[in-house]
Amino acid sequence: MNTLDVRSQLKDSVPVAGFGPHGSYGLQDSLRTGFTSIKNELIPSHSLELSEKNFQVNQDKMNMSTLRNIQGIHAPLKLKMELKAATQIQRLPFLPSSHLALDTLRGSDETIGFDDILNDPNQSEVMGEPHMMVEYKLVQRLRWRDTPFPISMQMLISCPQMFTLHTTCRE
Amino acid sequence: MALSSVLQSPAPGFNFDNAARNAALGRNDGGHTPKPLKTGTTIAGVVFKDGVVLGADTRATSSEVVADKACAKIHYISPNIYCCGAGTAADTEKTTDLLSSNLTIFSLNSGRNPRVVMAANILQDMLYRYRGQIGANLILGGVDCTGNHLYKVGPYGSVDKTAYLSMGSGDLAALGILEDGFKPDLEMEQAKDLVRAAIQAGIMSDLGSGNNIDICVITRDGVDYIRPYQESEFTDDRTIKYKYRPGTTRVLTEKVVPLKLEVVHESVKKMVTG
Repeated sequence: MNTLDVRSQLKDSVPVAGFGPHGSYGLQDSLRTGFTSIKNELIPSHSLELSEKNFQVNQDKMNMSTLRNIQGIHAPLKLKMELKAATQIQRLPFLPSSHLALDTLRGSDETIGFDDILNDPNQSEVMGEPHMMVEYKLVQRLRWRDTPFPISMQMLISCPQMFTLHTTCRE
Repeated sequence: MALSSVLQSPAPGFNFDNAARNAALGRNDGGHTPKPLKTGTTIAGVVFKDGVVLGADTRATSSEVVADKACAKIHYISPNIYCCGAGTAADTEKTTDLLSSNLTIFSLNSGRNPRVVMAANILQDMLYRYRGQIGANLILGGVDCTGNHLYKVGPYGSVDKTAYLSMGSGDLAALGILEDGFKPDLEMEQAKDLVRAAIQAGIMSDLGSGNNIDICVITRDGVDYIRPYQESEFTDDRTIKYKYRPGTTRVLTEKVVPLKLEVVHESVKKMVTG
């Protein structure tokens, strides 16, 4: 069983068994992630780490609730629908996406922050393995716990409709 | 080579991967972390009849050593807004650069000069988001359609709006001079002299401030950035020259290999301007 530690709160979705430093079924995956220390994983080491991770989510929540109070339920409903549609316009996980529609909706195409200067994902020094990244995205989307990792061909064949990726492949 | 431990593309922005390592190193080393370059400053600003005068010293220190004797602490934000920065030098530079870029985009979009209150709000949001980890103490001054404004922004995002301000390690000395000499609706020369005197007091009373004084006068007609307004009378009068004259080191051999270059193709294209 995968224990829910504080670090799991860093993800804004349900923690997925089979991924993360603990590997499958709560065991350490030393081959992929190296030696782990429980102490390091329990507490986020920088005071800003958690707040930065959830900053956009919290801003959205605040803005949407203000809109709900001022204009009624229709305003956040419409905006969230458009945002959700725009979030889905991206390429496969290992390819760089421009998020053009999302930026336009949020207004972040007219602002420059540290997100645009530091750690540009298009110039990242590490590259993930394409198959693993796509599987991670699939399982996260399905929130199918206790998926043995990697997803076996047997499962792919037996229930193909569960594994379709709903990403449109245009930029 | 693709890493199998990377499951998502790295998030843009600040990266906290090394924070745990730094904390552990700090504990092991007895707490000797490298100190960032601080400006250890005196900065001051005064609102006068026709605009705003900003002043700053030019010393940047790194612990007990003067790292830069001619540091420029008055940063350009927009044609009508300038900003003095105290605190960590890199933080003030980066923050004012970001602010300037954002306001430039705004003025390109709207066709207007930005207002000082917009700059103050953007800074306040940015600095509060990072809970004071960005060590930037800023004095924002400018002239816009609503008048002459002077704002003070602290590292945690606190904003103060008054007619005369000073910040930095020499702020108490400068504030004394400002409190004594300030009157509403000063003339330009009086205001420049008041700011100069305030910075001078900061330089004399504080170890972290020194060298020259820079003054920036912003009015509706334009900006006058006087650097330096007053030079320090204590300059380095080095009696020995530390440059080696040519011929100090004996040349043993010399070999010249001419590079054979030939023009393969030349084409002239007229640029269409206007």
